[in-house]
Amino acid sequence: MSLITAIRETFLGFKSLLVGLRITAREASRPIITVQYPRETLKMPARFRGHIKLVLDPETGKPRCTACTLCAKACPSGCIVLDGVKREGDKKKSVSKYELDFTTCSLCGSCVEICPSDAIEFSKEYNVVSLNRDTFENMDLYAKIEAEARAWSAAHPAPPAASPPPAAAPANPTAPASQPLNAPAG
Amino acid sequence: MTFLSLEPIRVLLYLVGICAFVGANAAYLVLAERKGAGRIQRRPGPNEAGWAGWMQPLADGLKLLAKQIMVPPGTDSLLFRLAPLLVMAPPLMCLVTIPFGENVVARDLNLGLLLVFSFGSINVMALMLGGWASRNKYAIISAARVVSQNVAYEIPMLLVVITLLMMTGTMSLQEITAQQAGGFWHWNLFKLWVNPLMPVTFVIFFTCMLAETNRAPFDMAEAESELVAGAFTEYGGMGFGVFFMAEYANIVVGCCLATVLFLGGWQSPIGILSSGAWGLLWFFLKTYALILTVIWIRWTFPRTQFYSLLNLSWKILIPLSLATLLLTGAMMKLPLLWRALS
Amino acid sequence: MIATRETVSAAPAAQGPQETFVLNLGPQHPAAHGVLRVLMTMEGEWIQRAEPVIGYIHRMHEKMGENRTWAKFLPNTSRIDYLSAMHYTHAFVGAVERAMKIEVPLRAEYARVITSELNRISSHMVWWGALLLDLGGFTPILYAFDDREKILDLLEGLCGARLTYCYYRFGGLYNDVDDEFLRGTRDFVQHLRPRLKMYRDLVTDNVILRKRLTNIGPIDAEMCRRYGATGPVIRGAGVPYDVRRMEPYSVYPRLDFKVPMYPECDSMARYLVRMDEMEQSLRIIEQALDQIPTGPFLAPKVPRVLRLPAGDYSYAVEAARGRFMVRIVSDGKEIPYRVRLRAPSFSNLSLYEEASRGMILPDALAMMGSLDLVIPDIDR
Repeated sequence: MSLITAIRETFLGFKSLLVGLRITAREASRPIITVQYPRETLKMPARFRGHIKLVLDPETGKPRCTACTLCAKACPSGCIVLDGVKREGDKKKSVSKYELDFTTCSLCGSCVEICPSDAIEFSKEYNVVSLNRDTFENMDLYAKIEAEARAWSAAHPAPPAASPPPAAAPANPTAPASQPLNAPAG
Repeated sequence: MTFLSLEPIRVLLYLVGICAFVGANAAYLVLAERKGAGRIQRRPGPNEAGWAGWMQPLADGLKLLAKQIMVPPGTDSLLFRLAPLLVMAPPLMCLVTIPFGENVVARDLNLGLLLVFSFGSINVMALMLGGWASRNKYAIISAARVVSQNVAYEIPMLLVVITLLMMTGTMSLQEITAQQAGGFWHWNLFKLWVNPLMPVTFVIFFTCMLAETNRAPFDMAEAESELVAGAFTEYGGMGFGVFFMAEYANIVVGCCLATVLFLGGWQSPIGILSSGAWGLLWFFLKTYALILTVIWIRWTFPRTQFYSLLNLSWKILIPLSLATLLLTGAMMKLPLLWRALS
Repeated sequence: MIATRETVSAAPAAQGPQETFVLNLGPQHPAAHGVLRVLMTMEGEWIQRAEPVIGYIHRMHEKMGENRTWAKFLPNTSRIDYLSAMHYTHAFVGAVERAMKIEVPLRAEYARVITSELNRISSHMVWWGALLLDLGGFTPILYAFDDREKILDLLEGLCGARLTYCYYRFGGLYNDVDDEFLRGTRDFVQHLRPRLKMYRDLVTDNVILRKRLTNIGPIDAEMCRRYGATGPVIRGAGVPYDVRRMEPYSVYPRLDFKVPMYPECDSMARYLVRMDEMEQSLRIIEQALDQIPTGPFLAPKVPRVLRLPAGDYSYAVEAARGRFMVRIVSDGKEIPYRVRLRAPSFSNLSLYEEASRGMILPDALAMMGSLDLVIPDIDR
């Protein structure tokens, strides 16, 4: 009875096509799920790994980094170049130059993990766009932390006895304290 | 009125009208397709150019126009340039005889159906020429596929049409429409007392139309995951654009024809209100419903395999359409026989 | 083998004087899955010989392993097969742990299983969508990506990255699994079950897809054995070979799951194996979520600078595409002597030449889709 089987198969095949059509029709009646990116943006989760950035100590207003270079040594692609000086009045060295080659960074987090003084963290910045390669080859993280430190000291006129407002803490991911990376170069 | 009824003026008006109709359809069906695909895939589709993307066809068209038309070295440049022209001409010719409304038809030929099918077949030639002239391996494979596919599907389609012709007894599309007046139960699709397999006939016709117009799931000619872009691989700019427009023009012709043959053309489904502008409305409602179905089908199914495509034609559609043909003949002639005997 | 004009023209000579032509499919071709190039000697649409040409995305991962410390090689492992990064990191981390005899906390092991299986589902979803693209169906990949996006969101919330997770560390994890992730994963499992049914209705049961895949591209167990094909390819050939069962690692022995196996040897069998695997992965995730204990997520006393005892160690995992094995040779220094990566896609591609002989072009591409190739995994 191969003819009957053939007819039956044809019928079942046709039915499967109708089922498929019903599913796409049902999906078409459901709301849109895409995010209209430039107009809508997503909030990055707390553990999001953007490019690294230096952390400002909310107590003193200085970078926490002690220029121990452990991060530079731990980096698999050697994309961190940093230097530190011993400033007057300080007991320890502090960072004076911190450059990240973001073109080779693989965002593995080894540097953040190894840092003994919690001086590096991931930014929540994902709009990392530039017209200029140099923006990423030599990302000057020190200049950013310096600007943050200036903003901090502007917000905290001496004497710094009063407890610092939490808004100045760089741990807040939404604070637009750092220079936006997508500012057109030049 | 007397001025408009002058034959040359009328023909000229229809010429402009049909060209505009085909052009606007091609442009906005692309948008409809992309919007429809977007809805099915739960995204908005093109929505940047103009309000909700309504200017997108204009932007696409301008982009295509601005592109340089390249003729690849070593090709037959005459054929290469001729193919886009050839592919666009048949659907325009087919629309001449399609009755859009009670009085809206460019020329109601008494062999209208024959004209549509004879011009519809030229389409294959153009694709084949384009593929051949491209001097590209993908394009040549595609050309070979187009020919065998179209030959295979012309047969069941014509068999189905013969079934219809036996019912209607005329090839004039206007007359076929007129016969289906008076409510949807008079449409050929539902004339079950003439042939109980009429809906099957419609499905066969629709399937063949999809295959003839190289639409998914039968888009063998432009199977982009196999043949990059098939016969259009080497075309860029407006050369490609014309092929693209022709594809949509062919869909429009196919759906118009399906409407006329099976869905009562401009006849209203409720039996009243089918004169004048109402007729136009009904006609376009039916046609665009079919076109949307074509789009819906494309975004649902994977592409068929080439030989199962041919198998479908030779092993299922042709026997089925022959069966409907025989059945219709029997249903029509048996009462006569019975009357003669009694 | 580098295809030169000589190798190409020499290949079909045995067939006698026939009208053949060479079709250069890829590296830029919609079905090339990235940068695979296949030189096809064709007779009409029939393939006489299809020779894959690889190396377009060769990044020297094995050599890179020899000039950096163990910890510094860790980010590389996510980038070999970017679709199943978790499994690859697991294998490397596991090999080092085996060498150092590090006891991984149970919580970390369960978290590894959960993330690995999530990664397997997300990888299979990309495969599913890409196969349907190869077959000319455009919509399924977007449905798959919708669901995959949920997995990526979960993993991003967990470890901060969406694709190259680099989540496992020697002796544990990069950071602890939080309740939000566990809850989200539970919700996701509930969400995906009806979606998988929808996939089945829309695609698996579709007559066109059945026709495209059934009896296409036969790869039997014998051929798998000769080429070393593993994963869904060998399970689609009727051999229930799954590293999670055959060489149990992590906490898989404690979990109850079936190894999907189909004896038909065709593309449809491979397809069904993967579809069933997604459901089995959901089962594994559910059990692991129920069983995951509290406790530390990182083994104590893992030295910062690893010096593996001299020796030869290996660790195999069941990656999404098959058996992935890392073999490391240490001479006692900080830097590996050798890191050998046994990538499943390479073996799975190797049989393509033999299996595709005499096939028609669309079938050959459908079969290539059913092999689930990831080109960076082949080239490494």
